[in-house]
Amino acid sequence: MTASGHALTTEHSPVAGLAHDTRGGISNPILGMLLFITSEVMFFAGLFGAYFTVRASTNPWPPGPEQVGEGMAEKFNLHADPYLAALLTVVLVTSSFTCQLAIWAIRKNDRRGLVRGIAVTLILGILFLIGQAYDYSQLGFGLTDGTFGTTFFTLTGFHGAHVLGGTIMLSVILYRAMAGQFSARHHDAVEATSIYWHFVDVVWIALFSTLYIL
Amino acid sequence: MATTALHPAVPAYRSGLYEWITTTDHKKIGILYVVNSLLFFFIAGLLALGVRAELAQPKVQFFAPDVYNQLFTMHGTVMIFLFIIPILAGFANYVVPLQIGAPDMALPRINALSFWMLPLGGILMFTGFATGGAAAEGWTGYSPLAQRAYSGTGTDLWDVGLVLIGTSSILGAVNFLTTIFKMRAPGLTMFRLPILVWTVLVTSVLVLMATPVFTSALIMLFIDRNYGGHFFDPATGGNAILWQNVFWFYSHPAVYVMVLPAMGMVSEILPVFSRKPLFGYKAFVFATAGIGALGFSVWAHHMFTTGAVFLPFFSLMTFLIAVPTGVKMFNWIATLFRGQLIFATPMLFALGFLTMFLIGGINGAFSAAVPVDFALHDTYWVVAHLHYVLFGGSVFGMFAGLYYWFPKMTGRLLNEALGKLHFVLMFIGFNLTFFPMHMLGLAGMPRRVADYSANAGWSDLNLLASIGGFTIAASMLPFLWNVMLSLRNGEIAGDDPWEANTLEWATTSPPPPYNFDHLPEIRSERPLFDLRHAGAAHSALPAKYAETHS
Repeated sequence: MTASGHALTTEHSPVAGLAHDTRGGISNPILGMLLFITSEVMFFAGLFGAYFTVRASTNPWPPGPEQVGEGMAEKFNLHADPYLAALLTVVLVTSSFTCQLAIWAIRKNDRRGLVRGIAVTLILGILFLIGQAYDYSQLGFGLTDGTFGTTFFTLTGFHGAHVLGGTIMLSVILYRAMAGQFSARHHDAVEATSIYWHFVDVVWIALFSTLYIL
Repeated sequence: MATTALHPAVPAYRSGLYEWITTTDHKKIGILYVVNSLLFFFIAGLLALGVRAELAQPKVQFFAPDVYNQLFTMHGTVMIFLFIIPILAGFANYVVPLQIGAPDMALPRINALSFWMLPLGGILMFTGFATGGAAAEGWTGYSPLAQRAYSGTGTDLWDVGLVLIGTSSILGAVNFLTTIFKMRAPGLTMFRLPILVWTVLVTSVLVLMATPVFTSALIMLFIDRNYGGHFFDPATGGNAILWQNVFWFYSHPAVYVMVLPAMGMVSEILPVFSRKPLFGYKAFVFATAGIGALGFSVWAHHMFTTGAVFLPFFSLMTFLIAVPTGVKMFNWIATLFRGQLIFATPMLFALGFLTMFLIGGINGAFSAAVPVDFALHDTYWVVAHLHYVLFGGSVFGMFAGLYYWFPKMTGRLLNEALGKLHFVLMFIGFNLTFFPMHMLGLAGMPRRVADYSANAGWSDLNLLASIGGFTIAASMLPFLWNVMLSLRNGEIAGDDPWEANTLEWATTSPPPPYNFDHLPEIRSERPLFDLRHAGAAHSALPAKYAETHS
């Protein structure tokens, strides 16, 4: 048994291990993306933790007229005017659906459906960013305006940065989709990007609930 | 070992700087990690010599207090983030794909990216010295010391450097987990994984869950410092303790990030040099997972004296985490028990790990008791404890791994005599340096202060510690000489110089690109033992040691 090499091997291919990740189950890039998103969840958990720590030790929240003056207290009262943010929520949630439509299309090898779905998703993502920039310009308070301003802009700003990252990823996917690089069997990059986009969407829902409703 | 002798069609190492800069081969990246980390180890070691030179005598002799602050801050930061964590990741990078019979990591280009962020982050951090002073608030970066009012550009560079290094860690963890879950050879089930792979798995989970929280803390600090934020500023509704919470939420699990892979290495080495299987494989795996899980519930034991944390909970959890650690200690002792011990250099360092880490664990359990901690907080006791864990533990474990896998990486064995000289000098120097710090701490000497009173009675022990520090530095000379000598003239290692158990020894030294032509059949956690003995259930001494033991 020890003499013959072949008797002791389970694989005879020249590079035995190379084919491992084709043994079924989740693909390497998609698992990698899921794990990366786990770390992203913890990143936002850190920021949310900071937000709730500050909020718990500030009474009232948002700071009222006695603490920051009449004008600022009115601007801090996000609950009074959540409509633009709600509209942005609708935009982003819709984009998650169009992204999923794109995924379902390419799983059936429908390349035109993929391009259409990704294009609409990308446009909605850009719309969200424009809407958020407009919202920032209308808020009337900034990052330096107390812990309220600091936490608000850090949380929404880092979410916005992730949306921006997502739109860059979607642009690459759109370019590659139009070049015909994806098929029903080969579209890991699309799946991974879509998972990331859904994650960005979920973070926004948590942010909207926390900042505008809770 | 005729069955496993492989002859790669392509030479394993083509020369050329370009090759090394652009490589995505996990073996080359692993070596880059190790070399880069050792460079930072020597730099941070020099910083520590500066600290010990200053403390050898009372009064200020060499460094003004603000420079002294930079020395110990950069020493701590660099040792932790640019040496221990990445060098263990480097060994894991080299060894894990080999041990699971994979051709490479699952995401090779991400792997290269993870590495190259490290020197970049390190250089950024050191640029601080050229901008009017590096970070000087201690590696823990507490507010308000880390705020704009008390620290300059050096702290911003420290902050950004750490974000880069943290991102490197996170991407590395993603890669390790994907590799371990997806790239195992046929037959290599989870409970046949080598212990090192298990410890890297748990470490990666810790990195994945904890490091991003540290990143968020660093970003909050950056916003406070540069954009007028108020996260850690109590005057405007912020919370200085918040930094400590988010910081230690990462930095305590980081202690396990620094020690679990070293435990894994030692658990590979002790069985090989005891000629026995590891005692209690599954208990060891569950203990590792237990340490990982409990590791998230003990962070506030660094914050007992803030009065802002629930003492009974964190004290209890801290005592509890000693239980799985104790389980491992018995695993190792039982592995040694009645083994045919071979005292080669890797074994010596592994035994050094065992004994020194035991002391670090015991003095840590003392500090877990709330009243004791109140007395010892921020004294040299804590410095003694953390060095027994991170130097006595991680660094001894790391050197054990270095002597053990050097032949696999280079094809040549390190010289045994020089290796033993290195071990003896380092072991003596280490204990001379850090054991007196227990007494200094009990006597009340505070850490992070450049000067102390000549009347305090601390002078003799400090001088002893400084002599020890320079002894550790001296122990690096035979090591460096050994590496240079052995790279040129070292004894040719062959595939499996130690007659070991795991798959990395089934290929050539160094392995060819993509590692394996053929894999042995895997029916246990020791495929090479099975191969050597073809099913026989006894162990035998390697031929080269047979004479001394018969």
